[in-house]
Amino acid sequence: MDSNIASAPETGTHRWGMVVDLDKCTGCEACVVACHAENNIPIAGEDEVARGHLANWIRIERYWDGEYPDVKARFLPVLCQHCTHAPCEPVCPVYATYHNPEGLNAQIYNRCVGTRYCANNCPYDVRFFNWRDPHWPEPMRAMLNPDVTVRSRGVMEKCTFCIQRINAGKEQAAFEGRPLKDGEITPACAQSCPPDVLVFGDLNDPDSRVSQMAGDERRFQLLGELGTDPVVIYLKRLRE
Amino acid sequence: MALENQRGLPSDEQIIHDILAPMQRTTWRFWVFSGSLALIVAFGVFCFLFMQIKGFWVTGLSRPNMWALLIASFVFWIGLSHSGTLISAILRLTKAEWRRPVVRAAEAMTLFTIMVAGTFPIMHLGRAWLFYWLLPYPSERMIWPNFRSPLMWDFMAITTYLTGSTMYFYLPLIPDLATVRDRTSGWRKSVYTALTFGWRGSREQWERLERALAILAVTILPVAVSVHTIVSWDFAMAIAPPLWHTTVFGPYFVAGAIYSGLALVITVMAALRWVYGLDTYIRPEHFDKMGKILLTIALIWFYLWWADFLTNWYGRLPDERIALMQYLFGRFWPMSWGMLLFNAILPPICLSFTKFRRSIPAMIVLTFLINVGMYLERVLILVPSLTYKHFPYVWGGYWPSWVEWGIFFGAFAGFTFLYTVFSKLIPVVSIWEVREERLYVTEKRVGKVAFPAVALPMTGQEGGHG
Repeated sequence: MDSNIASAPETGTHRWGMVVDLDKCTGCEACVVACHAENNIPIAGEDEVARGHLANWIRIERYWDGEYPDVKARFLPVLCQHCTHAPCEPVCPVYATYHNPEGLNAQIYNRCVGTRYCANNCPYDVRFFNWRDPHWPEPMRAMLNPDVTVRSRGVMEKCTFCIQRINAGKEQAAFEGRPLKDGEITPACAQSCPPDVLVFGDLNDPDSRVSQMAGDERRFQLLGELGTDPVVIYLKRLRE
Repeated sequence: MALENQRGLPSDEQIIHDILAPMQRTTWRFWVFSGSLALIVAFGVFCFLFMQIKGFWVTGLSRPNMWALLIASFVFWIGLSHSGTLISAILRLTKAEWRRPVVRAAEAMTLFTIMVAGTFPIMHLGRAWLFYWLLPYPSERMIWPNFRSPLMWDFMAITTYLTGSTMYFYLPLIPDLATVRDRTSGWRKSVYTALTFGWRGSREQWERLERALAILAVTILPVAVSVHTIVSWDFAMAIAPPLWHTTVFGPYFVAGAIYSGLALVITVMAALRWVYGLDTYIRPEHFDKMGKILLTIALIWFYLWWADFLTNWYGRLPDERIALMQYLFGRFWPMSWGMLLFNAILPPICLSFTKFRRSIPAMIVLTFLINVGMYLERVLILVPSLTYKHFPYVWGGYWPSWVEWGIFFGAFAGFTFLYTVFSKLIPVVSIWEVREERLYVTEKRVGKVAFPAVALPMTGQEGGHG
C-alpha cells in the first residue's frame, strides 16, 4: 500500500454537507447534466422517462406560483439529503445502504438485492432503481467515468456527493502531506452551477464556506418536520 | 325434512368410503382442469423470469410507485393464509364440535396460500437470484442481515408461520394417512406407510396426538396474529408515504387477514362440497356458523378501517389529506367505493339473515366479492400512498403491465392447482375427526321434534354446541 495513503487523515474527521441558495437558482439544469456525465447515470430515453423509469440523482423541481399573467417559476434543486437520521437505512434488510463515518448516506451496489424499500421510505424520492441494464448510445460509451461503477439492473442507486472526488481529494492532500483545503473538493453539480447555487464542504470545519452559509438566517431543511435532519441546507428564496 | 338427513351420521365404513372416493376415482375433468391450471402457472413463471431477465421496466412500476400489484398480492395471500390455521385452532380450543368437517380444508388452505404468498417478496426482488442474502446464514464474509428492517421481521415471521402451520396441518393428518395406508397396496402403500411415521392407532399415540394438537393450537394463535401484524409493519414503520405511519395498521391488517381468509375458507368448503359431493359432511349448518363468524369479523374490520380513516381525515395533515382525497374521491374512487361496498356494506346486511347464511350459492357469491374487495383494499393501501408522496413534482401513477397480470393470475392458478392435486392425494375431510363426532351425537327431543345434538359427554351439560 502507498505509504502516503496510509497516512491519510482518520475517517470521521469530516462531515460533508451542502448549502443550496434558492435565491440564485435559475433552473438551468446544468447540475443535472454534469451529474449524469460524472456518475455514469444511464440514459433512459423519452418513452421510459415518461413511464417514470428515469434516474436523476439531482433534479430541478419547477413549480408555478401565482395566476396568469402574473406567474413566476420557482425552482427547487433536490438531491439526496444525506439525512443524519436517514429513513432509508434501517429498512434495508441486507445493509446495502448505511451511514458512512463522514456523514454520507452510502449505497453498496453489489450488496443490494433490490427490495426497493429504501425508495419507498425516502421522503425526498431521490433513490433510483435500475429498471434495466444500463446502456448508452454508441459515442457516449467513450465518455464513461472510469472512477465510478456502472450499476446493473435490479439495484438501487443515488447521489453519493461524488464520493470518488472526495476520495481523490483526500488522497491528493495526504500525498502532499497537508490538510484538505476548503473548496478543494467539489461535486460535479456544484462545479457546473453557473450562479453558484450549490456550495459543498465540511460542516465540521467552522470556517468553511458551507458552515458559514449554513448559519444564515434564511436556512431551512426540506421536510424538516420529519426529523430526518438532512445535511443539505436550503436558503430560503427572498428575491421576487 | 332437512333435520331428518342429519340424524346420526353415516357408519364408519360409509364415512371412509365417501371421503376417500375422490382419491380413488379420477375423471377426465380432473386432468383437463389441473392441466389448464398448470398452463396458467407456467405462464406466471414465464412472466417472473421475463421480468427478472429483462429488468423491471417491463412492469408498470416506476418511481415513486416502487411497490404495487405484486406486494399487494403478497399481503393478500398472506392474509388468506391466516384464517385456515386460526379458525381451526380457535374452534379446536373452544371445542366447537361442528368444526370437524371443516378444519382439514381450512388448514390445507393456509398451507397452500402461504406457499403462494412466500414467492411474491422473492419474485419482487430486483435481483431475485440473491434472495438468500436475506437469510441469517453464516456467511464467509461475516455479513448478517439487518435485523432492524421490517422485511427481516417479515421473513422470520413467515418462515415460523409456515413451519407451524405445516406441523399443525400434518399432525391431525397422520391417522387419516394411516386409513389410506390400510386401504391401498403396492408402491402407494409404501409411500403412505412412510408418511404415517409408524402410526398404529394405539391409545398412547392418540393421547400424544391430542396433546400435541392442543399445544400447537395454543402456540399457533399468537404466531398467526404476529405474522400479519408484522406484514402491516412493512408499511406502518415507513415514515415517507402518507397514510402508512399509523398504529392501527397492526390490528387492522390482522382483522383484514382473518376476514379475507374466512371468506376463502367458505368458498373452498363450497367448492369441495360441490366437486366431490360431500353434502353429508359439509352442511348448510356449517355455512350458517361460518357466516356468523364472518359477520363478526366484517364488523370488526370496518370498525378498524373507520378508526384509521377518521383519524387521517380529521387530522388534515396536508400531505396525508391529498392522498386520502385521491383515495376516496379522486382517481381511485371506483376502487375504494367498490371495496367499501363489497366489504363494509353488503356483508353485514346479507349475513344478518339466516336464510342467506344457509344458502350455499349466495355464500359463494358473497365470499368471492369479499375477496375482490379485500384485494382492492391491499392495492389501495399501496398505490395512492406511493403515488402521492411529499413532492408534487414526483407524483406518479400506476397500472399493471401484462407481466404483473400474468403473475397475478398465475398465483391464483397455482393455489387452485395445489389444492386440486392435494385433494387427490390426501383426504380433504378429516376422517377420524368426523368419526369421533359420531360418538358425541345424541338425539334430543323438544316437544315432538327430534334433532341430533352434538355435545361432549364429558361436560355433562344439556344442548351445548349442537
